[in-house]
Amino acid sequence: MRIRVDPDKCQGHARCVGIAPELFEVDDYGLSSVTVDPVPEGLEAKARLAVANCPEYAVEVIEE
Amino acid sequence: MTTRPVADWASDFDVLDPAYVERPFSIWADLRERCPIAHTDRRAPTWMPTRYEDVTAMAHDVKHFSSQRIAVIPLQVNEGNETGQVGEDGPSLEYGLPPISADPPLHTWTRRLLLPWFSHRKVAEYTPFTRELCQRLLDGLAGSDEADAAADYAQQIPVRVIAHILGVPLEMADTFTGWVREVLEFADDIERREHGILSIVEFLSSEMQGRREHPGEDLLSVLLQTEVDGAVLDDAVVLGMAVLLLIAGIDTTWSAIGSSIWHLATHPDDRDRLVQEPELMTLAVEELLRAYSPVTMARMVTEDLEYKGCPMHFEDKVLMNFPAANRDPEFFEDPDTVHLDRENNRHVAFGSGIHRCAGSNLARMELRVALEEWLARIPSFSLVEGTTVKWAGGQVRGPRTLRVRLR
Repeated sequence: MRIRVDPDKCQGHARCVGIAPELFEVDDYGLSSVTVDPVPEGLEAKARLAVANCPEYAVEVIEE
Repeated sequence: MTTRPVADWASDFDVLDPAYVERPFSIWADLRERCPIAHTDRRAPTWMPTRYEDVTAMAHDVKHFSSQRIAVIPLQVNEGNETGQVGEDGPSLEYGLPPISADPPLHTWTRRLLLPWFSHRKVAEYTPFTRELCQRLLDGLAGSDEADAAADYAQQIPVRVIAHILGVPLEMADTFTGWVREVLEFADDIERREHGILSIVEFLSSEMQGRREHPGEDLLSVLLQTEVDGAVLDDAVVLGMAVLLLIAGIDTTWSAIGSSIWHLATHPDDRDRLVQEPELMTLAVEELLRAYSPVTMARMVTEDLEYKGCPMHFEDKVLMNFPAANRDPEFFEDPDTVHLDRENNRHVAFGSGIHRCAGSNLARMELRVALEEWLARIPSFSLVEGTTVKWAGGQVRGPRTLRVRLR
């Protein structure tokens, strides 16, 4: 499973890093990014939760 | 203050109607079905979307819905016509309260100056201060059978955290709270609201003067020394940003903490579950923010336009009803019930788009820490029987009097 943050959509709500600090980091200006690729085994549910909670639809699953 | 009764919420709504302030949820549900974008001519021509889809679409369309006028209830002093000036040559708010009351480009660069102070990383540094503060307040309640969870606890937290960050005296917390309530909670009393904002302007101007002579490491000092494009910031920009932080950082978070404690006091199953399953806190905080979103902001229509059949005119107000959006059944299953473990929760309690609350990380941390510390000390609490909970509403909704039994 691979995920990404669309920097044009991200507005810094930081919901992803709150849910899955193992998968995301957020910079001083609020822009989130994915820190591990692909999603390590066992963290898929957290990744999906991050996708489902982003108010800007900025966190996406990359379809293979 | 009395308001004329509302006969038709679709065409003549009043967000200060006492029934609406106390419980707006069924009114939103009715409007979403019948007339999802309501209108009123009370105080100013104003539109009020109640669906998630409309609220977020308008929040994203900054070209047609400007942030120049953000007050839900019109207030000339910070709405462009007046400048919040103290005395003839005194300090003024000629730039408004950037970035919240600004559109790009002023919005963009002033926001970038503030964001690092409220980043995820920086907020972690404010956490121990917040936790100790909550513990001290709870020490003060030890031994009591009852307390006012709004006035004695919730109200006391955010004001001190923001004063700490700004670098202004914590001892003045009650004074700051009084001024901010004057600005936000006395809707139709323009004189009182002006008194509040002018008091804040006057106080922060004098604090700025002191820091110019003796700079520290606080936010106000740093802003005063900041250069943009080779020039130090205009005093009125720094003042506007400082006034914003004081106003935005107090009533809002206090309301979220108070509403959350109200919910737990009136829903013992949720209260017990959160005590027994503290790992739920991350999702629970978001769910409480969704269900009891405190903040409504306004936008100003920038040109005559039609939105979904609604004829909007230049300078009309549009209320960004984030609290109603967060209870839209099209977006949230069983929206009027709090599910502490709700997993699909794209709530917009902190707004949507470029004006996402710059202090959202801070507010979320304060709410979490306030609840954790309260539940650790007072795990079993309930409303005092027969008590009347007093709610404030309009721009910011939350309980102002909340008598609870502590054991």
